[in-house]
Amino acid sequence: MTDFLQLVFSGMATGSIYALAALGFTLLWQASGTINFAQGEFVMLPAFAMLAFAAAGAPLPVAFVLTAVLAVGVLGWAFKRGIADPLLRFGLMPIVVATIGLAIAARSGMRAGYSAEAHPFPSLFTDKLFTVAGVTVSLADVGTLAIALALVLGTQAFLSRTVTGRAMQAVAQNTDSATVLGIDVPRMVFYTFAINAVLACAAALLVTPTYLAKFDMGESLGNKAFFAAIIGGFNNSSGALLGGIVVGVAENLAAAYISPAYKDAVALVLFMAVILFKPQGLLGRKVERKV
Amino acid sequence: MSKLSWSVLLAILAVLLAAPPFLKNYGVYLFTYWLVFVIATMGLNLTVGYAGQKSLGHAAFFGIGAYTVAILMKAGFSWWVGLPVAVAGCFAVGLALGFPALRVQTLYLAFATLGFNTAVWLVMRNEEWLTGGTFGINNIARPSLAGLPLDKPLAFYYFVLGVTLVLGALLWRLLRSPWGKAFTALRDNPIRAESLGVNTRHYTLLSFAIGAAYAGVAGALFASLVEFIEPAAFTVGASIMMYLMVVVGGAGYFFGPLLGAAVGVLLPEWLRFAQAWYLLVFGLSVVALMLWLPDGLLSIPDRLRERRLAREAGAARAAAPRVEAA
Repeated sequence: MTDFLQLVFSGMATGSIYALAALGFTLLWQASGTINFAQGEFVMLPAFAMLAFAAAGAPLPVAFVLTAVLAVGVLGWAFKRGIADPLLRFGLMPIVVATIGLAIAARSGMRAGYSAEAHPFPSLFTDKLFTVAGVTVSLADVGTLAIALALVLGTQAFLSRTVTGRAMQAVAQNTDSATVLGIDVPRMVFYTFAINAVLACAAALLVTPTYLAKFDMGESLGNKAFFAAIIGGFNNSSGALLGGIVVGVAENLAAAYISPAYKDAVALVLFMAVILFKPQGLLGRKVERKV
Repeated sequence: MSKLSWSVLLAILAVLLAAPPFLKNYGVYLFTYWLVFVIATMGLNLTVGYAGQKSLGHAAFFGIGAYTVAILMKAGFSWWVGLPVAVAGCFAVGLALGFPALRVQTLYLAFATLGFNTAVWLVMRNEEWLTGGTFGINNIARPSLAGLPLDKPLAFYYFVLGVTLVLGALLWRLLRSPWGKAFTALRDNPIRAESLGVNTRHYTLLSFAIGAAYAGVAGALFASLVEFIEPAAFTVGASIMMYLMVVVGGAGYFFGPLLGAAVGVLLPEWLRFAQAWYLLVFGLSVVALMLWLPDGLLSIPDRLRERRLAREAGAARAAAPRVEAA
């Protein structure tokens, strides 16, 4: 039983990181209909940026802030202006292919220009272990879970409680009426891209100490985040959180009780089950077909 | 098709027939490799470009085709027994994969097919008794045709070229049949197609199954071409690459796969001068290409025609007597 609880708990910590990446992904989809196949690379790049700032002598928090600023500019603003804006009116296919191209470029650029090795990454937390009700948990797991939850819930609160957040949601639900209401639509869409970039930096900060900074770390992370987003409900940001945690926990349990070889298939099986029985995701709204 | 496109096509065919004997073995190998991907992406173009289904799992069918032939040949059957089994297998699995497509659309479908690809890949990697796991299957022989052995690179190339032409002609006929019309109706407006009496269920499933069968043929040829297969060739990444080839060439353009597969297979070879950087250059070129031509390379003639029409219309407007002053 304690083994089980332990697996569930560390699964939740991993899952909350999937949720961070998944949240940014659903935000972009909702606000602008952009699907970003380079989402995993959006986590990998900040990880290396933080390493670079740290190597230049900046302490980790400073490196994080600098990276976040850089990410808002490059992964937020430049990505929106350079790729999302010009391509969106041509439908989904060109933007899918362009972000795939971007992901290939980012991965192989990092590999060729910097290194193909895995680099250790400083952890925010010390190696402390706690025992709670017979379950041993690490400070890193607790801290990761707490920070990720705080970020996801904070983003939710921002979206539903503040005027800006509500305006962003209005844009997501109906761009035309938002325009009529006098909402500055391009600005709200930019905010979404900026939030996505910052969430990706936070995910990098939390995930890289365990998985190490590597040029291809974004590939599986991106996939898990996509599956998590769809399992939870693509058009609902709380769904991203639920989906992330479901995937993280299920993976851990499957690796322990079924077979580690098929661990990667878990997200997939869950995903198949969800789209067959509840295609809109666990928390998603049904989207009407447009004639 | 216009006279111009016919002559371009004949010129390409002439080059394909005449050039390879002057190439070294590696060049012939690359041409054959390219044609194999042309066949696979012809199928994907039917599913994605004509029927409008977002499929990101094409490499799984490619792999099923390759492994079916390889496993049957190891069991002592001839390639010619393996081929129909591979095609039938892919067709059946394609039908089955079509079912989620009936329930979910666009993005969800993209991820469902991507997930399917992951599952197939995991089986290839983990079921060693059947697939050899990560060691793969080696020493896959090349077939012979009517008593002629095809194990020389050049002979095998002409064989693959012949298969490509036959499959291309079949697809051309299919697209000009009522079926082809139903596929495009399905893509352009599924609800209108349904209300016009197109059985969307039927055609969605068929578009997957026929596309998969093409990938099956390509896989069977691929196994013989490379003579050694392992799971790495059939990953989600390979599927994404094929999708990229279709869109870059021009989804829904009949000859899109020719160009798209060239971009996906031959361009990285030409970019080898960039050595370790070639994938970076490749990725960035894809981004630039999408920004410049979101409808793919074959939309260039359409674009030029539009521009000419716009210019002529402008000239006509300028030449016309001004009536609004009256």
